[in-house]
Amino acid sequence: MTTDQISTTTTYVWRKQPFIKSPVTRWGLYIGALAYLLLAAFSVPVNWARVWEGLDRGWRFVEGFLVPDFASRWGDIVIGMQESLTMTVTSTVVGILISIPIGIGAARNIAPAPVYAICRGVIALSRSFQEIIIAILFVAMFGFGPFAGFLTLSFATIGFLSKLLAEDIEDIDESQTEAIRSTGGGWWQIVNYAIQPQVMPRLIGLSLYRLDINFRESAVIGIVGAGGIGATLNTAIDRYEYDTAGAILIVIILIVMVAEYSSGYVRKWAQ
Amino acid sequence: MPITKSENGAAVWTHRTPKARIVMWVGWLLLVALFIFCWQVMTEGTIWFFVYDAPRQAADIGSRMFPPKWSYMDELWWPLWDTINIATLGTLLAVIMAVPVAFLAARNTTPSTKFVRPVALFIIVASRSINALIWGLLLVAIIGPGVFAGIIAIALRSIGFIAKLLYEAIEEIDETQIEAINATGASAMQRLDYGITPQITPAFAGITLFRWDINIRESTVLGLVGAGGLGLKLQASINVLAWGQVTTIFIVILATVLVSEWVSAKVRHSLI
Amino acid sequence: MLRVDNLRKRYRTGDEALKGVSFSVPDGEVVGLIGPSGAGKSTLIRCINRLVEPNDGDVFLNELNVTKLGRGDLKRARRRIGMIFQEYALVERLSVMENVLSGRLGYVSFWQSFTRRFPQSDVDKAFSLLERVGLTDHADKRADALSGGQRQRVGIARALEQDPELLLIDEPTASLDPKTSRQIMRLITEICRERNLPAIINIHDVPLAQAFVDRIVGLQEGEVVFDGPPSDLTEDVLTRIYGEEDWTTMHGDQDEPEDTHPHPARNDPTAELV
Repeated sequence: MTTDQISTTTTYVWRKQPFIKSPVTRWGLYIGALAYLLLAAFSVPVNWARVWEGLDRGWRFVEGFLVPDFASRWGDIVIGMQESLTMTVTSTVVGILISIPIGIGAARNIAPAPVYAICRGVIALSRSFQEIIIAILFVAMFGFGPFAGFLTLSFATIGFLSKLLAEDIEDIDESQTEAIRSTGGGWWQIVNYAIQPQVMPRLIGLSLYRLDINFRESAVIGIVGAGGIGATLNTAIDRYEYDTAGAILIVIILIVMVAEYSSGYVRKWAQ
Repeated sequence: MPITKSENGAAVWTHRTPKARIVMWVGWLLLVALFIFCWQVMTEGTIWFFVYDAPRQAADIGSRMFPPKWSYMDELWWPLWDTINIATLGTLLAVIMAVPVAFLAARNTTPSTKFVRPVALFIIVASRSINALIWGLLLVAIIGPGVFAGIIAIALRSIGFIAKLLYEAIEEIDETQIEAINATGASAMQRLDYGITPQITPAFAGITLFRWDINIRESTVLGLVGAGGLGLKLQASINVLAWGQVTTIFIVILATVLVSEWVSAKVRHSLI
Repeated sequence: MLRVDNLRKRYRTGDEALKGVSFSVPDGEVVGLIGPSGAGKSTLIRCINRLVEPNDGDVFLNELNVTKLGRGDLKRARRRIGMIFQEYALVERLSVMENVLSGRLGYVSFWQSFTRRFPQSDVDKAFSLLERVGLTDHADKRADALSGGQRQRVGIARALEQDPELLLIDEPTASLDPKTSRQIMRLITEICRERNLPAIINIHDVPLAQAFVDRIVGLQEGEVVFDGPPSDLTEDVLTRIYGEEDWTTMHGDQDEPEDTHPHPARNDPTAELV
């Protein structure tokens, strides 16, 4: 507010300060955003006739979801689920085992510079691509099936867990590390006494979270041939068997809910 | 308790009680057994010849992937524009739908914990459990392939994500500030405007940006199921084993993701 | 016996934290290190066990030059120097007993410490120390379940578990209430006398320091500007250390009736003015 016009006769006007102070930038941003939105919206070709037609199919899918058909493709569903669940478990375990050393190596406060650089490189490599793209490459190399899926999910787990673990280690209370160092403890003892107790609950939480993510992802990478329930689902949708697709989706949602619910308990116990 | 007295009366300290030790060992043993069992089941159908052959395959694909086919870039500008639109418009749509869902799901703002909240929570769970690619798969089958299906897929997937984080933020707000606003005699809408909105705006902006960032990544691959964007070109190139083109697409995807990360970091910095 | 000789520390930012500090502490003497925030108190005690690496100067611990040691020897030297921290610096999620036993880390192998199988003599010592600080019943509680004063007692027990030849104490009472502060200070000084230990206590609270320590060293901008008995800490001296301020009101609220210990501050000329 301007304060230089203070006089006894002026009545003060107060307005909420706009978030962006400069009016030029403010209006520039507004207009720019509006222009982009219009341009983007009009560049999307929508075939309304096809959409209208699709509403009927959409309704059939909703019906399939409400009255799912577990029976006619039960065998396929069981096999797909079995592949999904087993590759979730194995890839999470392997991923955690590899993530811990890499995560420790990628923590700036305890790792020497060359180790830090290498570990951060591994993390960046693993995080830069979507699981599905990695799956495409692994399927091309290792052939169709859950083994390629297992490799994909392990690889993706490394990027996810190591990064979060490293950040967690970098955020620990340094005074506890200092205290252990001042007793004459070596590097391994510092990791075991000062760092492990501080990061363990979060590591357990993150591992469970990743288990959950790996299961959801296992339902996707099947689309490109890496095994699991995704392949079954893909087939069902291709055949327009919406009731079977609905059944598969319900099973997925149920498992995800059970996983989320039980991981809450484990996390509480780990605190 | 781990502290016991030995026969001569000296206090003995062990880290764990014998019972806790047994429980721990059994737990680890079960975990290992589960892993081995899962490994056996998973690899039942694995053709190991392909696995042993993988390094050769990798070398072969690798040699075909380089050098990238730069001339293919000309065909990628339009799909790139589509990809960005899918992410941005999808996020916008999701935000519009997620905000009311979040308020209905938060314990302190929902009109009814018995009826409305469970419905809102179910919407969140259903949206979150299904990956954007599966939403894409469904929508392509329903409304036909194209960018529009991609936008809807991204929106449907993002509702749950945004609503979940937002309702958690709403539940964590400082009640004393609301009390203070209530004490002034404010109406329910005024309470929302003065008591709740200022507290959740930073979280809201952060969540939206975070999801937009994720959506850029997801929309690069949505085309694999026919939902428009760069993924369509990726699918086409892989089908004809044009690995040089695949490399070019990978580089474009990587660059897009890096730029979007940079943009969202910048915007987040200026907002919060 | 600790001797610090011409110790210098310059941080990479260019800040000169210590500009040639020298003093020595004979066995059994408790030295209070006072000075304004940023005077280099914290840096000084961390340079003694090289948690902060000094640029120049020597630290002699009973004729061992700590500043010249290699990594392995440094670890062995550190276990001879006990340290007690501001905000306790306990490993919050480990039990009290594990925290106390962590004082033995420099003595046991990694495997012994990893499996928590410490030699029985270490465990016996830990029990007797917990008894000395009055926490025997809390041995299996997690450190974060204790109150501030109790945590600092665990910190003291951890430092003593090392069988130290020197105690470095960084703001031991910064997060404690006045009564607990006095109890902790009393415990520390009593223990140092029992074991004939030299100790350096970094402390903000001047009256508290005067009440308990044998000698005071005043640090200002990385230099020693006062070194003498607490009774010599006059207004002039305080002004030299901390800058201009009306020091006469300082002792006003320090007269606790339950305090039966002699109050060295009584001999302080500034106390006469109260």
